[in-house]
Amino acid sequence: MTLMRTFLGAAASLALAATAALADPAIIFDLGGKFDKSFNEAAFTGATRWAEETGGQFREVELQSEAQREQALRRFAESGSNPIVMAGFAFASALETVAPDFPDTKFVIIDMVVDQPNVRSVVFNEHEGSYLVGLLAGMASKTGTVGFVGGMDIPLISKFACGYVQGVKAANPDANVIQNMTGTTPSAWNDPVKGGELTRAQISQGADVVYAAAGGTGLGVLQTAADEGIFSIGVDSNQNHLHPGSVLTSMTKRVDVAVYNAFTEGADLETGFNVLGLSNDGVGYALDEHNDALLNDEMRAAVDAAKAQIISGEISVHDYMSDESCPVM
Amino acid sequence: MDKMPKWADVLLIPFINLLLAFILSGLVILAIGKDPLVAIKTMVEGSFGSTNAWGYTLYYATNYIFTGLAVAIAFHARMFNIGGEGQAAIGGLGVALVCLAVDWPHWTLALPAATIGAAIFGAGWALIPAYLQARRGSHIVITTIMFNFISAALMGYLLVNALKEPGNMAAETRDFPAGAHLPSFHEMLAPFGIEFSKHAPANISFLLALLCCFLFWVLIWRTRLGFAIRSFGHSETAARYAGISPTKIIMISMMISGALAGLMAINNVMGESERLILNSVEGAGFIGIAVALMGRSHPVGVFLAALLFGFLTQGGAELQLWENIPRELVVVIQALVILFTGALDNMVRAPVERLFLKFKKRVA
Repeated sequence: MTLMRTFLGAAASLALAATAALADPAIIFDLGGKFDKSFNEAAFTGATRWAEETGGQFREVELQSEAQREQALRRFAESGSNPIVMAGFAFASALETVAPDFPDTKFVIIDMVVDQPNVRSVVFNEHEGSYLVGLLAGMASKTGTVGFVGGMDIPLISKFACGYVQGVKAANPDANVIQNMTGTTPSAWNDPVKGGELTRAQISQGADVVYAAAGGTGLGVLQTAADEGIFSIGVDSNQNHLHPGSVLTSMTKRVDVAVYNAFTEGADLETGFNVLGLSNDGVGYALDEHNDALLNDEMRAAVDAAKAQIISGEISVHDYMSDESCPVM
Repeated sequence: MDKMPKWADVLLIPFINLLLAFILSGLVILAIGKDPLVAIKTMVEGSFGSTNAWGYTLYYATNYIFTGLAVAIAFHARMFNIGGEGQAAIGGLGVALVCLAVDWPHWTLALPAATIGAAIFGAGWALIPAYLQARRGSHIVITTIMFNFISAALMGYLLVNALKEPGNMAAETRDFPAGAHLPSFHEMLAPFGIEFSKHAPANISFLLALLCCFLFWVLIWRTRLGFAIRSFGHSETAARYAGISPTKIIMISMMISGALAGLMAINNVMGESERLILNSVEGAGFIGIAVALMGRSHPVGVFLAALLFGFLTQGGAELQLWENIPRELVVVIQALVILFTGALDNMVRAPVERLFLKFKKRVA
């Protein structure tokens, strides 16, 4: 009897899987892999959350080579996956060529804009979130010198840096911000040792708060900051729990929300430009039990006021990518 | 007679090696709870089941033919060129510079020019390690592998600071002009009425790779230079005694090796991505070592081994796409093949050889 039930159950779930397969969503992770503790992992978290809540299934693939970008997109589209989410700006040119061939499939690209009728481009206002954590850094710093460690030297990371500097200067106009990029190749996203070295160098120049916008490299930054007894600021995911007492806050970029929303809306998702900013909680600063003691009332009041002012438009944070330059740097 | 027949050496032993590798891979797949038979079916269908699949398999194979030949020619001079990765990357730089310098009217003009560019840049990158080996005795293994890192850093610097389009987030050049577009298999086979998948990346450089295989054979076994390279590889002292200059042979064979590795860029840079991207080689230079080892440094062997690794790469991608087998496991399968065909070759060879001898004795 139990055996029979098992078989029936298996058959039923198979049948369910077969029907669901028609419009299963799919997600493609970039070369960094889905367990990078940062961007790709956030996307994976969003997809998993959707699967757990709805009991649905999704297809996934981690790329191994550049040639597979277009291949994976096409194969998923041919097999009927819908929508197909891509984690990363590097998919732009592959998507440009694939999207027109599958007009009935919806594509979602994160961190990049692809202008096609069946594509949703999700971009984040990282400069706004970075402004807030910059404000906190400027207020928390006793030396008046704070640091920034970026990952790969691309305009997107300069956007983080520029927002951060503006926030720091808003708190303390005389503050000095030391900036370093880890490298110019994708390996800069995953070099915690170098991240630690850069942090040490910044500390020796007087920095006592360091913001890491560097993927896996940031783990080294946070570790060194904790070892040396200064504050650090995490990025993308809430990293406050990594070193409680040392991580001042984290600039959260809710890639998981972008993926979750896309999966939830399914094949009927609205295409076009989708900006996730402070107003819709796409970016923000993290406050939890791990950094509750680090932020005093004055800081909380200031950052919440700034948040409200940015949303209302009273404060406009300059976006580096709008003109590839930063007025305060 | 204390040798086994040639067919056993070139066919039977690689076959047994492969079989062992696949059996072990099957066990690994079983261990993570998947069905090995389904996995192998997915791999075979995904690499040979359609023209699209063939297109990808042959595209990867083309890369491996070039890098395999590059390692093979160095093997003939008993040198271990591990720098295929860097030479192919710099070859890509040559291709990109040629393709971007002129607004090419037609690929028939662009292809020869880019071929020369790729070969010169690849050979140039092999030249310094070759000189250091020939004149300074710095070991070629060490220098070529160091040059891989230098090339990675150089390409990163150039792509970010010199060749990148302003405003583009990815470190890549702008697209090559339309005239530099190489015909894909789809375009090549359409006039013959053969419907080949439009989106597969295999292109005319596959034919270039076959041509290189043939020229390789002519060079090594039908020319004076090839004889000099082979005799140098068998015994340096004997070659020296015969009046063959070691410096010359090391330099020439390494430059041909570098040029062959550089030519890979015709396939991946000009044929596939049609722009230069960072890290475009993606390990093909290292796979070339396994290809040359498995192919016994013979062009036919290299071709077959390249096809096998093309199958592994494409089949591995399919495994990931449809079976949810993680990409790390695909690398494990590839590594097992390399392990058995390269490193553990003698483990199979010795018993098989003994078996043949015993059998022969009994017949006699």
